[in-house]
Amino acid sequence: MRNIWTIAWKEFKLYFGTPIFYMISAMMFLFLGIIFYSNLAQVISSAASSSSSGASQDLPGAVMLGPLLTILLFATPAITMRLVAEENSLGTIELMLTAPVRDSELIIGKWLGGTLFTSVLVGLTWVYPIFLHAITKPNGIDQGPLVSSYLVLLLLVGALVAIGVCVSAPFKNVTAAFFASLMVSLALWVSGLGASALSYSGGTGGTSLFGTILQYMDFTSHFYNTAYAGRLDLKDIVFYASIIVLMLFFATRIVESRRWR
Amino acid sequence: MIQVTNLTKWYGLRKAIDGLNFHAKKGEIVGFLGPNGAGKTTTMRILTAYQPPSEGRAIVAGYDVVEESLEVRRRVGYLPETVPLYMDMTVLEYLDFMASLRRLPNADQCVDEAIQRVNLGDRVESYIGNLSKGMKQRVGLAQAVLHKPEVLILDEPTIGLDPMQVVEVRNFIRELGQDHTVLLSTHILSEAQQLCNRVLIINKGHIVAEDRPENLQARLAGAERITIELAGDSDGAVDVISGVKGVLTVEPMSDGVFEVEITPGQEIRPAIVRALTRAGQDVVEVHSQGVDLEQIFLELTRSDNKSKGKHQLQKKKKE
Repeated sequence: MRNIWTIAWKEFKLYFGTPIFYMISAMMFLFLGIIFYSNLAQVISSAASSSSSGASQDLPGAVMLGPLLTILLFATPAITMRLVAEENSLGTIELMLTAPVRDSELIIGKWLGGTLFTSVLVGLTWVYPIFLHAITKPNGIDQGPLVSSYLVLLLLVGALVAIGVCVSAPFKNVTAAFFASLMVSLALWVSGLGASALSYSGGTGGTSLFGTILQYMDFTSHFYNTAYAGRLDLKDIVFYASIIVLMLFFATRIVESRRWR
Repeated sequence: MIQVTNLTKWYGLRKAIDGLNFHAKKGEIVGFLGPNGAGKTTTMRILTAYQPPSEGRAIVAGYDVVEESLEVRRRVGYLPETVPLYMDMTVLEYLDFMASLRRLPNADQCVDEAIQRVNLGDRVESYIGNLSKGMKQRVGLAQAVLHKPEVLILDEPTIGLDPMQVVEVRNFIRELGQDHTVLLSTHILSEAQQLCNRVLIINKGHIVAEDRPENLQARLAGAERITIELAGDSDGAVDVISGVKGVLTVEPMSDGVFEVEITPGQEIRPAIVRALTRAGQDVVEVHSQGVDLEQIFLELTRSDNKSKGKHQLQKKKKE
């Protein structure tokens, strides 16, 4: 357990010592800021013209949570790409695995470090809801969906980082690791679309087993259908937690594979 | 400290090492000598519990490398061939990190001692990426000795260093040999000769010789050679030298230079000089060539290859 924390803390600190990750955060907040501003302007102008008061209900979701999710899809592979791939290319993996550290401790430590860092970035986006709350009159925004969204968002981030760690484990090249993790995350992202396409073409209403699996694997539906609307569902928590466990298990196997290669 | 029995490692269909047997005692510096691709790094990776062997057994510091690998890793210090360093960390951060991974009870003291031992005192706050190769090597060595391991395994520790740094690292290894068991691999023969109590010569996954450097020399020194250089007219010198008792062959090399093979263990150089002076020759230089590890190494690896070649040829003929 202590080894996991030692490795996680080292990874976490290392992010703040390398310029590339300041770049990632700068880009993330630049995009999010622009989208936030333009979405907010749109919401305000449409609210003014229709003079309805219901807009404040899903305001944070509409103006920033959705875009944040999409930005995370691209930012997380950039954050995780070096976690294992860099150890492979520098040869430091040999150092780690000849120190008294279990393969699983190494992988979990890496994942925890990456998840902590990404969570800090996500945490910083609280500035937008706080701002929204301040400008929404008279009662501010509905805080229930916001809190549930952020809680599940942390799990979602954990799952994305776990995918990144697992996919980057066999690579020596960090760029290759980036694209491979992006590809896997993107596949999960759009698997719901695949399910609907299947149901249209099959005409059976999407009840085939493959369609159901695709629908279940849809990465964002476990966020949008529940937490985003203010509900916490155990099924979604289990979904993200099992992705984390599965991915870390495979990552450990990949690191262990040096034994039988 | 190190006990290796019948160690074999396959990489797919290729046998990297084949039935290695050797041991190293406490306080011994054992040199692992062989050309590139001989199986040195593979053996070291097995001994540091990075990879398990395909067959055979290795006991390091009293623990089996497969069954008790964490115990082995706690007691071994390892410097791989490509020194593994995190370029974005400072020297101090890196050593602190390694110390906490090894859960050293008095981590700060261990880090300070390691820094002093490798003489890195003034660079501890520098980023590792900004250090010279020699300095990086020192950081790698500091990491290897951090936890005062019983066994130190160093893979080509002087490769790529300038001559001054090579001398420094060699002195450091000599110092380490006083209270650690050191297994070091090298393909520089003079290094093994200078540093090691015992040398294992490995070629194509086999140990072809194992002994003290001086014994290896004696074993192969079937005949000793000396070179004699004469000034001026050297006509008839061959006959004069051949006439001295103990001279086996005389071979004129170039103008006035002769290579003489003599019976080993006898000092007949003065007798040759006297005979030549009596015959009116002016001797400018006499020196013994001796047999060094370089010749032994070439001899052993060549004969190993030859015997294999022959064997394969015979096989083909049979087919």
